[in-house]
Order: sequence, then C-alpha cells, then structure tokens
Amino acid sequence: MTTAVETVLDTPLTIDGRTFQSRLMVGTGKYPDMDTMTRAIEASGAEVVTVAVRRVNLDRSKETSVLHFLDPKRVFLLANTAGCYTAADAIRYARLAREAGFNDFVKLEVIGDEETLMPDVQGLLEAAKVLVQEGFKVLAYTNEDLVTALRLEDAGCAAVMPLASPIGSGLGLLNPLSVRTIKRRLHVPVIVDAGVGTASDACVTMEQGVDGILMNTAIAAAQDPVAMAHAMRLATIAGRAAYLAGRMPRREIAMPSSPTRGMLD
Amino acid sequence: MKQLVEVVVNGERKQLAQGATLLEVLAELELDPRAVVVEHNRRIVRRPGLGDVKVAAGDAIELVHFVGGG
Repeated sequence: MTTAVETVLDTPLTIDGRTFQSRLMVGTGKYPDMDTMTRAIEASGAEVVTVAVRRVNLDRSKETSVLHFLDPKRVFLLANTAGCYTAADAIRYARLAREAGFNDFVKLEVIGDEETLMPDVQGLLEAAKVLVQEGFKVLAYTNEDLVTALRLEDAGCAAVMPLASPIGSGLGLLNPLSVRTIKRRLHVPVIVDAGVGTASDACVTMEQGVDGILMNTAIAAAQDPVAMAHAMRLATIAGRAAYLAGRMPRREIAMPSSPTRGMLD
Repeated sequence: MKQLVEVVVNGERKQLAQGATLLEVLAELELDPRAVVVEHNRRIVRRPGLGDVKVAAGDAIELVHFVGGG
C-alpha cells in the first residue's frame, strides 16, 4: 500500500552514523503502569527510547528496572542525565549509563533551574566537551539559543536538542523561528526535545524542518497514552511530510480559490 | 565468625563481612551483577572486576540501573 508520506522522498534520520527508522523518540517516565508504557511505545513506532539512571531499590520486593519491560534488541536505549545540576554529576551519570553496556549515546542534560528546568548552558558545554573526548555520542538538551547550539556542535555533539517549551509543560513550540534558525545553521541533526502537549504541537514542530522530536509527558500523561502515542506517530509523519512538501506562502489578504471570471450577470 | 564492617550502599548504612568482594555484596543483596552498574568509592567497577574488589569500612557503594525517564 502506498501511503502519502511515501510519495515524498525522505532520507532516514542518521545520528553519528547510526540510522533510525522513526523520527519520533519517546521517554519511559511517568506512565500509569508498565503495560501501558510498552503498548504506548509500540503504538508510537519509536525506535529510540529514553531511560534514566537511578539507584537500585535495595528492597527487592519493589522491582523498578525498566529493562524488564523493554527489549533492547527492539528499541535503542538512550540514557539521559536527567536530574543532574552540575557538569560533574552529568558526566558521572553518563559514565554509569555507558557501563550498562548498550551503546555510547547519551542524552545530556545539565539543569540550571529547578522551577523551569532550563538547561545550564555553561555546565552543558563543559560536560559535552568531556564526554565527547571520552568517545560518547552526545545528544545535548539545550534551550532554543542559536549560539549555544553552535557551540555544542563545535564541541562535537552528535545532535543538538533544543526545547519546544519547558519539560513537562505541554505548551508546544513557543519559538518556531529560533528552532528553524538552529536547524538552518547546524550540520548535525536537530531534535526538538520537551514541551510538546498534543499531536498538533508535534506536527508544527516537525514542519519547521527539524530532524526529529522527543517527547515523554505528552504521551504518558494523556488520558489514553496508547491512543496519544498513535496520534503522535501520525503527527510526526504528517509534519515531516508537510515540511518536505513545502507550504504555500502566507498572505494577509484573501485570494479566491474559484475563478472570478465567468460569473453570471 | 567474620568481622563486620560498616559501608554505605545507595545511601543506606549496611553491615557487611570484612573482605567481602563486590560480587559477594551483590549476591547478599540478591542482585544480578548483569542488571546493575557498580560504583565503588566514586570509581566504576566493571563486571569482570567485581570479584577482585574487596569492601572496607567506610566505603561508599552505588548500585544503579535504568528506570523510566524522558
């Protein structure tokens, strides 16, 4: 069967030599239960799935490892450094994540403010440099600032991940111009991470021409996460297809679609 | 009887047998060494080395794994 998206030639998303089938990446946090999570990931069609590094619960009655519910052969595990407020902490978490033995990719987060969860761009750059030096493929979660994005690319990051809006806010893409500018100026993939609330947000984000999108709460906190994951899958594909199709120019005055000639007297 | 030493595992004080290896510590905690990453006094100890590193009084051990996150 031919689907609309196949009528447009697209190249797959490749990050540092690794090719991914889906431009939608999803998180694994905040789901009501693990069964819903696995079904939502399946419905999203995502290949890249993020996970966090945390202490093992020493009370073995409470099994919390997400790996009991994810098959690392079917999904690509992208560990994050969420919750880290210093470069040193983020580096420590990244090293621990790599030691788990799945891959050397890391979604680097260095948070600078508890209320907004805005990134500490100075700490981010510092950590990115160290981790790149150690052979990590760094996907850096950052704000929508072009200069920071350029510096992260210069530091050797494999991808730059500007936010759409604050983590978990569901406010959608607040600054499309800045995200478009980042995409236009960078050579490494640009993947928008955080802030999407519903399918239209994902679609509008992908319409900016970015290479991918990562979300967690928009799916996990939806009333029906599996159904929302399906919607996000379609929205990501639709937004990408619309970007490739090239939208019509915006006009501030109307232009009739039907001929103005041939009207009756 | 083996002498016990106090170490801190994941922020909790634990009494462990003096000279126990990290591999033995994991066994005592009923943790699969393949399912956790071990940090001993801020240094990562790789799986093949777990049987070689012995705990001493005052050690700080972190045992981590992957949990759900975004």
